[in-house]
Amino acid sequence: MNCFLGVDVGSVSTNIILMDEETNVLESMYLRTQGKPIVTVQRGLQDLAGRLKPGWHIRAAGTTGSARHLTSVIMGADSVKNEITAHAVAATHLVPGAQTVLEIGGQDSKIIVLRNGVVADFAMNTVCAAGTGSFLDQQAARLNIPIEDFGPIALEAKSPVRIAGRCSVFAESDMIHKQQMGHNLSDILAGLCEALVRNYLNNVGKGKEILGPVVFQGGVAANVGIKKAFEEALEVEVQIPKHYDVMGAVGAALLAREAVAKGQPSKFKGFEAAQEDYRAGSFECGDCPNLCEVIEIAAGEKTIARWGDRCSKWANSVMAEESAV
Amino acid sequence: MKVTFPHMGNMYICVKALLEDMGVEVVVPPQTSKRTISLGTRNSPEFACLPMKVNIGNFIEAHELGADTIIMAGGVGPCRFGYYAQVQREILKDLGYDYKMVVLEPPEKHISELLGNIRYVTGNKSWFRVIKALRLAWYKARALDELEVWVHRLRPREYQKGEADRVYGQAIRDIDQAKSCREVLGAAAKAGQKFGEIQADWTKKCLKIGLVGEIFVVLEPFANLNVEKHLGELGVEVERSIYLSEWINEHLFMGLLRKVKSSKEARKSARPYINHTVGGHGQDTIGHTVLYKQEGFDGVVQLAPFTCMPEIVAQSVLPKVSRDYNIPTLSLVVDEHAGEAGVMTRLEAFVDLLTRKAEGKEGVNL
Repeated sequence: MNCFLGVDVGSVSTNIILMDEETNVLESMYLRTQGKPIVTVQRGLQDLAGRLKPGWHIRAAGTTGSARHLTSVIMGADSVKNEITAHAVAATHLVPGAQTVLEIGGQDSKIIVLRNGVVADFAMNTVCAAGTGSFLDQQAARLNIPIEDFGPIALEAKSPVRIAGRCSVFAESDMIHKQQMGHNLSDILAGLCEALVRNYLNNVGKGKEILGPVVFQGGVAANVGIKKAFEEALEVEVQIPKHYDVMGAVGAALLAREAVAKGQPSKFKGFEAAQEDYRAGSFECGDCPNLCEVIEIAAGEKTIARWGDRCSKWANSVMAEESAV
Repeated sequence: MKVTFPHMGNMYICVKALLEDMGVEVVVPPQTSKRTISLGTRNSPEFACLPMKVNIGNFIEAHELGADTIIMAGGVGPCRFGYYAQVQREILKDLGYDYKMVVLEPPEKHISELLGNIRYVTGNKSWFRVIKALRLAWYKARALDELEVWVHRLRPREYQKGEADRVYGQAIRDIDQAKSCREVLGAAAKAGQKFGEIQADWTKKCLKIGLVGEIFVVLEPFANLNVEKHLGELGVEVERSIYLSEWINEHLFMGLLRKVKSSKEARKSARPYINHTVGGHGQDTIGHTVLYKQEGFDGVVQLAPFTCMPEIVAQSVLPKVSRDYNIPTLSLVVDEHAGEAGVMTRLEAFVDLLTRKAEGKEGVNL
């Protein structure tokens, strides 16, 4: 059976999914990236290789997320696409007719406006990451509650307190202040959910026409408190798709399927790629005052990719070697 | 007297030609680099916009090369830039630099002061010398703009990536070195021939994106993280709302040359969204977006330095223009903290959006 592999390597999590030709998700993995994208992807692929049933064959692979280029160098990919496109593709596929996608991940949040199944507009947080998953994680840790309990506790709130949500550092000091004043935990957590939603709608969603059906995805969609706050603020029902936490990977797999639709052979290097020894290094180029930090990926003794240089002379030098071979 | 001035894209070539042709000794600041920005950021107020910080960096680096006089533009109106020269003079004084600063205020408000300042820099040159120098600077500006039109059209179409940029780099140096109008024309013709020889797919239908926004970040590739080049590599033909010659005609020649494209039309097209100036290029940003739609462009990218008031006004009006005219827009805010990876992701997604819109494709064909 032909399968499609989708890999989404983000700042906080690495998601890998395997999908069959009818686009059913067969396997799905959610790993913590922990700043080591290469090792994490390799570990994930090894794990996946062990779970393959006889006769399953990887027809095509796609990557997305901030480490999409790095990942495609390592495993070979037919489609290398940014996370906005990947999320939009996955949302329109899983929730047909969706008109708005709210996505909150570890360090970024975005809104995608879809009309007739096509992306019509999008926005992504630019200068501030207040209200993303990392902040919720941090606050849950500070309050000593598991992140899984955050949402359910917030739902118990009777009168949510108002928390300053513009800046995550000030939100934290405001929360501490409310705790010192004696408000209970559930009211504070619900207040925090409302503040984050307010911040999201004012910054990322500014000026966007939010029409239903509204899809909420990304790791933060697991938080029922945020979902409720969105529903109250938008006054529409918010849907959370089944694979909300791996939507980027689902989109990557769908795009990979599209990339080989005309029968092209796959660029996927196979699961052996997970065994090979890849090393990432970097050096500062001193040829001009820009002092670019050039990143170098080596497989064994051979440099297979370089990037990070503004003038692209290092990046091109690898390509030149390749074409010479 | 060794005169320097701030960088803004290729402007240095024209200003240098203008001053040197009048016999003024010029120190061009080193190309804006990470070092320039760190020097500027360290010595500027945090909330000032990127142009001010880059200027300060340019001035410090030019001083290291021996410059002792700065020519700086002034300005009137709501944009803070008009006051930067004064603030920069104080900052440089506090840092202990021995600099004389000559501020050129717009002629319509301060004509006698302006003429006095020009005299200060040029000495008693005859009008003939001045006009000859202006003419050389003008020829260079036009030639540089022509090069850029070539590069914008070639980048998405060339078979061997990077060829157009190589020719462009050489042509810029040739034009910079040209000593007379004739040499400028010669260099431009040579570049045109080289560009024409590049193997490219001229039948390819490319997406077209217009770049609008604040002049400094639009014209200075270092400040906008090379958006023009990135878009070109993504297969997009780019057109900028502001070209050097247009700016020079309006600001140095007071719009005397009638045939040159002017920003008047753009300002008129900004109605009914923004009916009067909001400082900087805020009104032009809106007007150009409307014009680009009318010219059949697929999308518009707005560039603004972080905390730029005029562009914030324009940015909040853009969603309405985008809806009314059915033209997608993307706003990019840049400053010394901007990361190239984040900008790339947004540009890529924007180009995907435009491609799928142009093809009338469903989210994915299933």
